[in-house]
Amino acid sequence: MPKVTIDNHEIEVPEGTTILQAARMIGGDIVPPAMCYYSKLKTSGGYCRTCIVKVTQGSAKDPRPMPKPVASCRTFVMDGMVVQNTTSPELLEARKGVVEFLLLNHPLDCPICDQAGECDLQNLAYDHGADTTRYQFERRTFEKIDIGTKIKLHMTRCILCYRCVKVADQLTEGRVHGVMNRGDVSEISTYISNAIENDFSGNMIDVCPVGALTDNTFRFASRVWFTKPLDAHRNCAKCSGKAVLWMKGDEVLRVSARKDKYNEVEDWICNDCRFENKNKDQWVIDGPRFIAKDSVIAQNHYENIDLQKLKLDINRQIKFQGGKDILEHNSRVQFDEESKKALEATKK
Amino acid sequence: MLTNRSKVVVNKQMTFMERIYLPAVIGGLITTMKHFFRKKTTIDYPKEKREISENYRGQHVLKVDEKGAERCTACGLCAVSCPAEAITMTAAERKKGEENKYREEKYAAVYEINMLRCIFCGLCEEACPKEAIFLTDRLVPVSGNRDEMIYGKDKLTEKSFNQVDISKRQTPEVLAFKQQKQYQHNK
Repeated sequence: MPKVTIDNHEIEVPEGTTILQAARMIGGDIVPPAMCYYSKLKTSGGYCRTCIVKVTQGSAKDPRPMPKPVASCRTFVMDGMVVQNTTSPELLEARKGVVEFLLLNHPLDCPICDQAGECDLQNLAYDHGADTTRYQFERRTFEKIDIGTKIKLHMTRCILCYRCVKVADQLTEGRVHGVMNRGDVSEISTYISNAIENDFSGNMIDVCPVGALTDNTFRFASRVWFTKPLDAHRNCAKCSGKAVLWMKGDEVLRVSARKDKYNEVEDWICNDCRFENKNKDQWVIDGPRFIAKDSVIAQNHYENIDLQKLKLDINRQIKFQGGKDILEHNSRVQFDEESKKALEATKK
Repeated sequence: MLTNRSKVVVNKQMTFMERIYLPAVIGGLITTMKHFFRKKTTIDYPKEKREISENYRGQHVLKVDEKGAERCTACGLCAVSCPAEAITMTAAERKKGEENKYREEKYAAVYEINMLRCIFCGLCEEACPKEAIFLTDRLVPVSGNRDEMIYGKDKLTEKSFNQVDISKRQTPEVLAFKQQKQYQHNK
């Protein structure tokens, strides 16, 4: 099994693991950001270049460094490979350049965009991007397209990550989605601008890292940070039925799939669950969705602290972030035996 | 004892002069009469107004642009930044033919500020990415009715023929910032 060192963390991984996957096995801040790679979609990755890393030692046999930063989602690890991500200022500068390229044609319409607040590109630009642009020309613009009645395509916002194309290819039978043209004029399009009559086509909304594909039933209904996300499930013949309800009062504004810490969907949900069941009574509520404390979605939610609920939340949080630094920061909370065991297990 | 200001209470007998109270009464009257000759600290308010700061934080205004279209796009940043949670809004999509009414494809169909909750901190103005909301030097009139103190768009939005001057709130730095070409990508 090859041994790889990423930002001074050594890990042994199975043959055929990519650097990005190895970094995710280590976890924490050293994981390179990814806009196009999606672990649940085959052959995704390699388009956006945000996950670039510096390989300072190719392998134990051939210790020469790689001449250029490499895309970590497409580069397999070799035994004795040494990789730098956050420890290399040079690389962070290069990534800043990549982000600048991604933002080149991206409109600054976050105040209008429904994705704002849960947008990967927004987070990426906030963490890695420059706060100004040097681009002074007209940005490319497209007309809005309705893909079916429920999905809206804003090609202007698209960063061409190809994730939605992979969803159409791999999740749904028969490809009805693709990228046309090349370079600056390439655009996502249905072959005939007809509806996509597939049960899982709604998942394109969830995989889209920007606001290019948005839920038409949620369009302008509310900003995400004014909604309250709840984990819920229902018996569904087509999918797992595990979803997140985005509530405002007792009203379900939107249903989306549950996402993990890398913003990747855990279980694909079908269009019935996503678009047709917008009544609270049709769902069994599992509890509040864990939202990272520094997310804008967690803003202005002051609920009465219910200790029982808090304990539940913390248990979920432990599971969510793999037990990292929970005990140190929450010394006031008493843990029960079960959660302590869970914590120990995840630390190992 | 937390401070050194405490005093021991003594039950002292008053002297004769203290018991007739006259010297104390006269002393009090002298103090009162001194105030007759001082400068008045009050003003005759509705007729006369105090000088206030150029960037006084009074009643809000929702700006319209030079063509009379509303600038607010209901992004919700003012509401999320509001520490008093005084702002609520509902967004709506602009229809065809309303381009002269609303500047962006989304607009605030309902925009309400609860003036009883508002603490006039100006964070909404600071958060606004569209230069749509400003605090002005106008005072919020009092009311005997709570419902009247929730200001909707009818009270907040300025009329295009009678725009509220907010140029003094914009510092030379802000104006210089607006002139730079790389920040004009949202036009």
